[in-house]
Amino acid sequence: MDYKYSFTLGARTWQFRSLADLLAKATTARSGDRLAGIMAQSAEERVVAQMRLAEMPLREFLCEALVPYEKDEVTRLILDSHDAEAFAPVAHLTVGDFRNWLLSDDATSATLELLRSGLTPEMVAAVSKLMRNQDLILVARKCRVTTAFRNTIGLPGHLSTRLQPNHPTDDITGIAASILDGLLYGNGDAVIGINPATDNVSQAIRLMTLLDDVIQKYNIPTQSCVLTHVTNTLEAIEQGAPTDLVFQSVGGTEATNSSFGFNLATLREAQDAALSLKRGTVGNNVMYFETGQGSALSANAHHGIDQQTCEARAYAVARHFDPLLVNTVVGFIGPEYLFDGKEIIRAGLEDHFCGKLLGLPMGCDICYTNHAEADQNDMDNLLTLLGVAGCTFIMGIPGSDDIMLNYQTTSFHDALYARRVLDLRPAPEFEDWLIQMQIFENANSYTPSRKLPDLFKGSLKRLTGGGAGQ
Amino acid sequence: MSEQNIPVTDNAWRVLRQFTDARIGLGRAGISLPTHELLRFQLAHAQARDAVHFPLDVKRLVGDLQESALALPAESPVLLRSQADDRQTYLQRPDLGRALSRESVRRLAGLQVSDQARTVVAIVIVDGLSSSAVQNNAVPMVRQFLQDLEQDCGGWRLAPLSIVEQGRVAVGDEIGQRLGASVVVVMIGERPGLSSPDSLGIYLTWGPESGLNDARRNCISNIRPAGLAFEQASQRLLYLMRGARRLKISGVSLKDRTEEVVIEKTANNRNFLTD
Repeated sequence: MDYKYSFTLGARTWQFRSLADLLAKATTARSGDRLAGIMAQSAEERVVAQMRLAEMPLREFLCEALVPYEKDEVTRLILDSHDAEAFAPVAHLTVGDFRNWLLSDDATSATLELLRSGLTPEMVAAVSKLMRNQDLILVARKCRVTTAFRNTIGLPGHLSTRLQPNHPTDDITGIAASILDGLLYGNGDAVIGINPATDNVSQAIRLMTLLDDVIQKYNIPTQSCVLTHVTNTLEAIEQGAPTDLVFQSVGGTEATNSSFGFNLATLREAQDAALSLKRGTVGNNVMYFETGQGSALSANAHHGIDQQTCEARAYAVARHFDPLLVNTVVGFIGPEYLFDGKEIIRAGLEDHFCGKLLGLPMGCDICYTNHAEADQNDMDNLLTLLGVAGCTFIMGIPGSDDIMLNYQTTSFHDALYARRVLDLRPAPEFEDWLIQMQIFENANSYTPSRKLPDLFKGSLKRLTGGGAGQ
Repeated sequence: MSEQNIPVTDNAWRVLRQFTDARIGLGRAGISLPTHELLRFQLAHAQARDAVHFPLDVKRLVGDLQESALALPAESPVLLRSQADDRQTYLQRPDLGRALSRESVRRLAGLQVSDQARTVVAIVIVDGLSSSAVQNNAVPMVRQFLQDLEQDCGGWRLAPLSIVEQGRVAVGDEIGQRLGASVVVVMIGERPGLSSPDSLGIYLTWGPESGLNDARRNCISNIRPAGLAFEQASQRLLYLMRGARRLKISGVSLKDRTEEVVIEKTANNRNFLTD
């Protein structure tokens, strides 16, 4: 066997086959890498791999592609779009020195912004493997990423929410009831986004129309999205549907993305189509991407790369299309990839850090399934940590219970908790609307009104035959 | 207490719960969940967790099957296990849950059914991710299905029914193959939702063999008293079985037109928020 990297510790020399092997072994333990059979064999081997990785010059990541350039359009995208000039200030550093630099006061919001296009996902994933949770939080908090469509997302001291009014049969009244609940708790400034239960073009158009009607009637400074396949959205746009954002799940290898049924050209086409509608009022970020550690392994398309590095490569795909929002759906995939609360929390912080450092408007679906070793307390912990780290947005769902996708994510109440303990405001345009509509009776303490706001009284009365509008 | 001092603020729109199972209009204590809503959630989560972690009581299931006065095929039920030895392993190694243990492979030897005239069907009950789904719903589902199968003048022949512990869906393919079945019907506990800890799922494969992927299976989901009724599930299953036999295929190329939703592009899109 040909070993590319070695590290001598006392009398023993440790060997690592390749860069992918070194990165995998240096990764904090998680079940997905164990399932793939690429995890460190011992706790000691993991730290030795981290020590070897710390010595590696950042420059070397530009020479060794994890998936061959000829075989993978994500690799080509990463290397072809690398900005050598932006990279220059850190080009002389090793991964270990890069960690020190990121934590130092030389790395300011301004220098980090200039550096972005010089960093590859692999460099960012590598340095994250040497970082403790507090390092991931501290550095992510310095990164500034602002995007806009009908409102401005990602300003310092702000946190946005995706209102997720899913319903198991896409029942229009059921969806509208969850939207109303969310709006009245001040939720939905990142996007009002539905995962359709029936995934086809006509259903997507029906739901887009519903969302557009609501946004227009109440003049809500937010945007809508139906999370259907990118090719469905393209067709919907062709049929004249009121499309704000284009959604797609993306992965970090070409093979993952083809298993999802798209390539980079498809995304470009969809982005152009959405831009041509000119529906944004304060900005033109029209893409909404979702990612999550484990997707490449699940698609059998990971090329022996650990799931966290695959995830960071997905961010290279995302950033190429100037997204409004990128959401790492961290605990949805199940315990065979992230086993328990500890693994989910670590992965959430890694993803947020890597995304932010690469310049993405990074949000997190702070979530778990009932077969994972996790509960609401783990989600409270991750929510608080990500709030401190400056996370761009989180999900919002009635009572944490997604009755369509059968998993638990953050609730409307959870967002208000994060706002209060960390003083995080909604997007400014949306906050003005909440005040104007008398949804918040005190915007400074993020307190919803005790009374039902006037504008919604009539709707509720019509539906319930009166009596409820008080 | 004056109105100002009531610690819980109720939501007037809670009445909308008649239109959805979503947890809307929960009210708030400050901006947090009121105590009774917190505890309701904790109970639902506890039930879902128990459904995942409580082992299937195989003895009770066998007893229930025998008491149900069903005419089970000879040798039934055959008791099997996957290669996942315990729940922790099962949850982290789906590959082991898809493969039969060596002892189980031996148990299936000699049970092969061959029938030139009729189509051989193997029913496989698998604990999956919810023991309560299987414990509560497998027997009534099997009873309904066997009744309907008998009335279907289809020329079906049953292979021995088996029960698998620590199994995933795909384990049924290996069993079907070893039993010489043309169709395998897997009844499995689905990943429990917060409001649905006991959903049974049915997966059908035509020409089962080890190594097939999900694209080769048809699925009927959410079978439970508060979800899809046993009668409907059984009718759908028979519909799919007839289609599979006719086309000699299952999975994505076999569409379940019984559940196809026809959506008018413009009609019926009214909602109370914009009316």
